[in-house]
Amino acid sequence: MTTTATPTPAPDELCSVPALLARNAARYSLQMAYREKEFGIWQSWTWAETNEHVRAMALGFLALGMKQGDYVAIIGRNRPALYWSMVAAQSVGAIPVPLYQDAVAEEMAYVLDHCGARFVVCGDQEQVDKVIEVQETVHCIDEILYLDKRGMRKYDHSHMNWLEDVMREGRAAQARLEPELDKRIAALGWDSTCVMLYTSGTTGKPKGVVLSNRNIIITSKNSSEFDKLRPGDEILAYLPMAWVGDFIFAIGQAYWTGFCVNCPESAQTMMTDLREIGPTYYFAPPRIFETMLTTVMIRMEDASPIKRRLFHHFMDFARDVGPKLLDGKPVTAMQRLKYALGNILVYVPLKDTLGLRRIRVAYTAGEAIGPEIFDFYRALGINLKQLYGQTEASVFITQQPDGEVRSDTVGVPSPGVEVRIADNGEVFYRSPGTFESYYKNAESTASTKDAEGWVATGDAGFFEEATGHLRIIDRAKDVGKMVDGGMFAPKYVENKLKFFPNILETVVFGNGRDRCVAFVNIDLSAVGSWAERNNIAYSSYQELAGLKPVLDTIQAHVEQVNESIAQDKMLSGCQVHRFLVLHKELDADDGEMTRTRKVRRRIVEEKYADLIDALYADKDSIYTETEVTYEDGRKGKLKATLEIRDARVFGTLAQQVAAE
Amino acid sequence: MNGQGGTMLDTNPDEGYTTADGRKIGGIAMEMRNITLRFGGVVAIKDISFDIRWGEIRAIIGPNGAGKSSMLNVISGFYHPQDGEVIYKGYKRPRMRPYQVAQQGIARTFQNIALFEGMSVLDNIMTGRLHHMKANIFHQAIWWGRAAREEAENREQVEKIIDFLEIQHIRKTPVSRLPYGLKKRVELARALAAEPSILLLDEPMAGMNVEEKEDMCRFILDVNDEFGTTTVLIEHDMGVVMDLSDRVVVMDYGKKIGDGTPDEVRNNQEVINAYLGVAHD
Repeated sequence: MTTTATPTPAPDELCSVPALLARNAARYSLQMAYREKEFGIWQSWTWAETNEHVRAMALGFLALGMKQGDYVAIIGRNRPALYWSMVAAQSVGAIPVPLYQDAVAEEMAYVLDHCGARFVVCGDQEQVDKVIEVQETVHCIDEILYLDKRGMRKYDHSHMNWLEDVMREGRAAQARLEPELDKRIAALGWDSTCVMLYTSGTTGKPKGVVLSNRNIIITSKNSSEFDKLRPGDEILAYLPMAWVGDFIFAIGQAYWTGFCVNCPESAQTMMTDLREIGPTYYFAPPRIFETMLTTVMIRMEDASPIKRRLFHHFMDFARDVGPKLLDGKPVTAMQRLKYALGNILVYVPLKDTLGLRRIRVAYTAGEAIGPEIFDFYRALGINLKQLYGQTEASVFITQQPDGEVRSDTVGVPSPGVEVRIADNGEVFYRSPGTFESYYKNAESTASTKDAEGWVATGDAGFFEEATGHLRIIDRAKDVGKMVDGGMFAPKYVENKLKFFPNILETVVFGNGRDRCVAFVNIDLSAVGSWAERNNIAYSSYQELAGLKPVLDTIQAHVEQVNESIAQDKMLSGCQVHRFLVLHKELDADDGEMTRTRKVRRRIVEEKYADLIDALYADKDSIYTETEVTYEDGRKGKLKATLEIRDARVFGTLAQQVAAE
Repeated sequence: MNGQGGTMLDTNPDEGYTTADGRKIGGIAMEMRNITLRFGGVVAIKDISFDIRWGEIRAIIGPNGAGKSSMLNVISGFYHPQDGEVIYKGYKRPRMRPYQVAQQGIARTFQNIALFEGMSVLDNIMTGRLHHMKANIFHQAIWWGRAAREEAENREQVEKIIDFLEIQHIRKTPVSRLPYGLKKRVELARALAAEPSILLLDEPMAGMNVEEKEDMCRFILDVNDEFGTTTVLIEHDMGVVMDLSDRVVVMDYGKKIGDGTPDEVRNNQEVINAYLGVAHD
């Protein structure tokens, strides 16, 4: 762990993304930098071509009058041209601000206004429409640029440009503007802002995290070396461009290392594209690994008996031996031989189907991953690891080194990162990736980052003494106390519940109360397929969620979790006494979740206060009306009567009750 | 996409009109003159005349059994009217077989989906390109020269349509495994693959849920907007018709009872009577 606030500059003074691009264009000129599937074919661009495109775009931006320090918002799905527009904006000294493409106009308005974006680069007509709507209230936007021409013919083009035309004009103005462009690229240094990313904000308005070239490039360098990434690696860029991870993987590490970024054809074709590309370096939130596993299991249920038996036999074997082989622990020659046979019969074909055959390093983060799911992939010989990070740290705080991987820790501090645990259990870190500031928000900056550069993560955790690995329990502010003084860690309980495939999401309440209660969201695909197999008819999510057999199953899950929580003395008070199954999925459009699908506890608590009261009162059912927002922004009302169930509690607490 | 040499080819600048949303509607593409169609003693269509202009979305509506589908079949050349004539691109259309009509640039979708269920979406759409393929059977059999080149060219066109209709994710899926709404979209894709000058849609929204209907509406509008394809559609859903179409023909018992813009038709007493029934005093 280093303590220097200013790290030594990388060789060659590669202190900006455009500088790295120039290096890659010279060093890896004929290697692939980007691929995108379009019209059914993978189109590809080498580093040299990428350099030409980015420079043409940058010249075009100059021709449009983009100034140093301007903010350029980028909205759209992952496409090479949108990545180029970020680097082109950096080249002219502007600051790219990628936004979540599924944000509604209202949310977009706040961010565009807050950063004062003069230019907005949109993926397609849908995004342009939102920006035009935003322009009614936000007046800073001078130019809208768009990538996909479809449907754009009739728009007023006085302040609107097709990105292709911008590049064409840039090329035409090359002789005139090139010296200015080179001057601006040369002016970029370690402290220039590389990118500004808005945090999804579990509480309050999103904050603009300013990350400098030092933050991004040093972090990318350290993390690339940690996992021995190399040119020729392939990644699939499919996570939101506004998310810091995508920026680090698809720009930071890709430009530092010189590997290839592959963009899927559309969101729905992601799985097919994954298979066609076969990435070697892969990141996915636990949810995606979960979905993949569910699909495999469902398909195995439909397979012929021989195949099914073969699959289960070798998977049971692999669960024991696979992780050991990955971690380099001793296994017998016989086991090795059997694993090799399993490779031929089951593991390799399965990995190939999933598109994970070539993976050297895979990460998951963001939420806790179920041990079952984690072990499944490790058993197949996929080097799936966990990391812990946040936007303010340029992603990396801790990560698991090869050979020390477990499902319940998040690893050791990443290279160059210092971590300490405060007295109240909150995790603090300091690193070269630590953000510069929150844009136009000195107050929040000061309360998050102290004078010595330590940043509060807001998460509570502890280091395991034996291994030095960090374990995260919950959000520090969510960790509370029960009336009897016992510790209340809702996330801990929720994660245990969410490991059941039938449960998609759950929220546990109980801070300052005498017992815990919970909301449960069923997983429509898992419960739906169960209903289908058992000939249970249902017409809507709401109806399915209210069926008696479904409630019985969920109750069994809750009781199972209670039993396991009872084992842990510190947390045994967190057992769920009563629960209900919600009549709608918690949704980001209704503000109940963030765009990265984390529950906004406070908002849920306020919105469903009537349900919580009912859970604590001794009612058997509760009638409720809930406002919902449809995808097009319209609002409607859902009405339902929800059944409330009591769950059995175990161990210490139950004994106390009995003794009274 | 406008394979037949552009859809506005007969446009006289003095003709046509401009719609509220700024689309230029051209001259007359097809004119139906005094069409009468009989099946034995049953008169399905009785002396109907109307026209279709280049670039417009023209709807034919009416209660069940009004003769809408028969009318569409007359336009597509499947039925041959006993009386009256069809004027297409300024010339009287002789009696033709449906494939000859197709070669003239008229493509259609069907009320009951008529796709090749066992084939993939891609192959189904490729069949729409059939009359753009000129290679002989010998070349095609050994996959050489013109056949290979044509396949690549046609595949490119098909991929553009797949992209346009956002069905990339089911490109290789057999049609039999698709839900109804997507099958309808594949049918539309196949009709578009023929690069028609006139696109005939027989109840494109029948049996769809609200979301699928909205998608389909958007695609019909986008197709018209992007390629200028003249579209004739039959539809039951009045909301859809009124929102989509530029002009509407209303039929009842084989007769034309109304013709005009959605607003005009909506306020036409005869149309109201036909749809809501008349109160008898």
